[in-house]
Amino acid sequence: MKSLKRHWPALALLSPSLIVLAVFVYGFIGTNIQISLTDEQGLNADSNFIGFDNYLALLDDPRFHIDVWNTGVFSVAFIGVSLFLGLGLAILLDQKMKAEGFFRSIYLLPMAVSFIVTGVVWRWLMNPAEGSRMSGLNLLFDTLGLDFLVNQWHLTPTWGMLAIALPAVWQMSGYTMALFLAGLRSVPDEVKEAARMDGASELGIYWRIILPMIRPVALSAVVILGHISLKVFDLIIAIAGKQIALDVPAIYMWQTTFDAYNFARGATLATYILISVAVFVIPYLYFTTRKDKV
Amino acid sequence: MQTLQKRATRALAATAVLALGLAGCASTTDADDTAATSGSDETAAVATGSVEVFSWWTGGGEEAGLNALVEVFNAEYPDLTFENAAVSGGAGTNAKAVLATRLEANDPPDSFQGHAGAELMDYINAGQLEDLTFLYDEQGWSSVMPETLLPLITVDGKIYSVPVNIHRANVMWANPTVLADNNIDMPTTWDEFFVAADTLEAAGIIPLALGEQWTQLHLFETVLLGELGTDAYNGLWDGSTDWAGADVTAALDTFARVLEYTNSDAASLAWQDATQLVIDGDAAFNIMGDWAEGFLRVDNALVEQEGYTWAASPGTEGTFQFLSDSFTLPVGAANRDAAISWLTVAGSAAGQDAFNVKKGSIPARNDADKAIYPPYLQDAMDDWGSNLVAGSLTHGVTASNAWKADIDTALGLFLGDKDVANFQAALVTAAG
Repeated sequence: MKSLKRHWPALALLSPSLIVLAVFVYGFIGTNIQISLTDEQGLNADSNFIGFDNYLALLDDPRFHIDVWNTGVFSVAFIGVSLFLGLGLAILLDQKMKAEGFFRSIYLLPMAVSFIVTGVVWRWLMNPAEGSRMSGLNLLFDTLGLDFLVNQWHLTPTWGMLAIALPAVWQMSGYTMALFLAGLRSVPDEVKEAARMDGASELGIYWRIILPMIRPVALSAVVILGHISLKVFDLIIAIAGKQIALDVPAIYMWQTTFDAYNFARGATLATYILISVAVFVIPYLYFTTRKDKV
Repeated sequence: MQTLQKRATRALAATAVLALGLAGCASTTDADDTAATSGSDETAAVATGSVEVFSWWTGGGEEAGLNALVEVFNAEYPDLTFENAAVSGGAGTNAKAVLATRLEANDPPDSFQGHAGAELMDYINAGQLEDLTFLYDEQGWSSVMPETLLPLITVDGKIYSVPVNIHRANVMWANPTVLADNNIDMPTTWDEFFVAADTLEAAGIIPLALGEQWTQLHLFETVLLGELGTDAYNGLWDGSTDWAGADVTAALDTFARVLEYTNSDAASLAWQDATQLVIDGDAAFNIMGDWAEGFLRVDNALVEQEGYTWAASPGTEGTFQFLSDSFTLPVGAANRDAAISWLTVAGSAAGQDAFNVKKGSIPARNDADKAIYPPYLQDAMDDWGSNLVAGSLTHGVTASNAWKADIDTALGLFLGDKDVANFQAALVTAAG
């Protein structure tokens, strides 16, 4: 009772956003899941409860197989390379160099660009045209005599998503760098000094002391990059349009919902996307909140 | 500390005011809506107010055509205001998404554009379109619209849309200089095309320019039409032709072979880019609907037979594979009377002539003023009057949205694995 008295102003102030959250986030998630368990198709059509049939049907859908493969290739390439480059850039910037702020801004700047703009620019750069119509990066490679680098970019069969990951890395590795740089700055100098006194090599200090200490930062970076990569949509549309070879669940969801009015399948895809993101985010939230309590 | 609290309170107060303001705006809009609706009910006799027309015509000849039609509308109904609710992008796919949301929310525009034919079936089945047969009777349209077209837009004896134009899908465009240099005539069958294509490839020219996936679906439907013939092609859509049949297999084999003679970067090109390859002489042929004629003649200032030439796509001579843009009357349109005025103009001879000359298509009516159209469209009018008629799949005539989407997915998978048997099996499932 006493706690209620103490907390009610806070609750009262929070309630508008709590209600909005409850309706527009959790309520809609619920509606979405409900639709995914029906056979709703067409506009204003009747629908029946059919259980998990939509979920099972998608598992046999060759297009969904391509979606899963593409998302996997994109995520591994995008997260892996972004982490590697981000950490590398952060370590270089952390060497108490001159004009650090200048370089930091340069690396961070791509993040300010929207994925659509990035996509359009890289669509020109990664033009797969051949012969006299060659342009963009392929033309650059060809002019420099690096013929072996000339390639089909996102039109490469099976591995085309790697070319889509390239602009995503360009855009987000600066942000990953900023995360890591903050992490590196939080490692106290005393610890490094002590290690040096004990005769540890610089490499050893990074490998055995600094990297383990910034592991929580790495985890945050993986979660942030991970949910971006699982929901990627605009970048692909801007570079490649809607084509099955570069399909991902979000594009399939869009097409099946709005082009074919198959709302049940669209809702099922949305739920799969939600689950895949949740697999990333929920353990992270669980561990971070538990640690905060301790 | 105290200043911080003060600041926080101020911020909160500001937020509250803003929220109240927003709520206020929302309620005013509601009031306006109600006023508009009741107003139009009272003034049914003298049409005043506005009409909100939804389309995906936002650029080039399409927009020019719409503006010309609006001019005719404004001249005939000076008391009505035309509200353009066009949504751009994706050959109408973006617009359809917006439209679906508005229809679901029972907030339809007063009239919306849709491809005539099976594409409108979703709306009709959902009871979202009004029967316009009364308007056809009133305006005498049944006698001026072609007999070949009316059955294709009639559902259970009712007509739900007013077609404003006709486009032809099965057209093969070519670069006359490239053809002359290589001693090639326009191919009348796909076999002739393959012979010509080998010559062109040897000369380092792309035989057939192709663009992104929907243009590949467009190519696919013209190959089906050319290889199966008009009757069997039309039978695919009413169930009388078996998708699993041997002739369909043969047509799919031909399609697979045609793809081998196309540019490798097709998926990254818009249809204009693909047509541009023909203009520049990098490619010899391109199959695209006759909106390409406007792109060639107007945008690129080319002269027919010098800069470009055309023929029915291989195997389809004597058949007009058509698509048609039409306007509808949604159930619950806020300004129903104004919408009917709009439809009356859209179906009138004056409206259709104004629209089509700019858009680069032919009128759906057969009493148009032929002399004002450029040569290609005059030819198209002759063909439309005399040819067999088939509907376009890509542009909404023959299959519902869901069926078309399934075929599109099957095609996309086929472009990846090039497995004809899989492709045919998927097409059979889609038709099931």
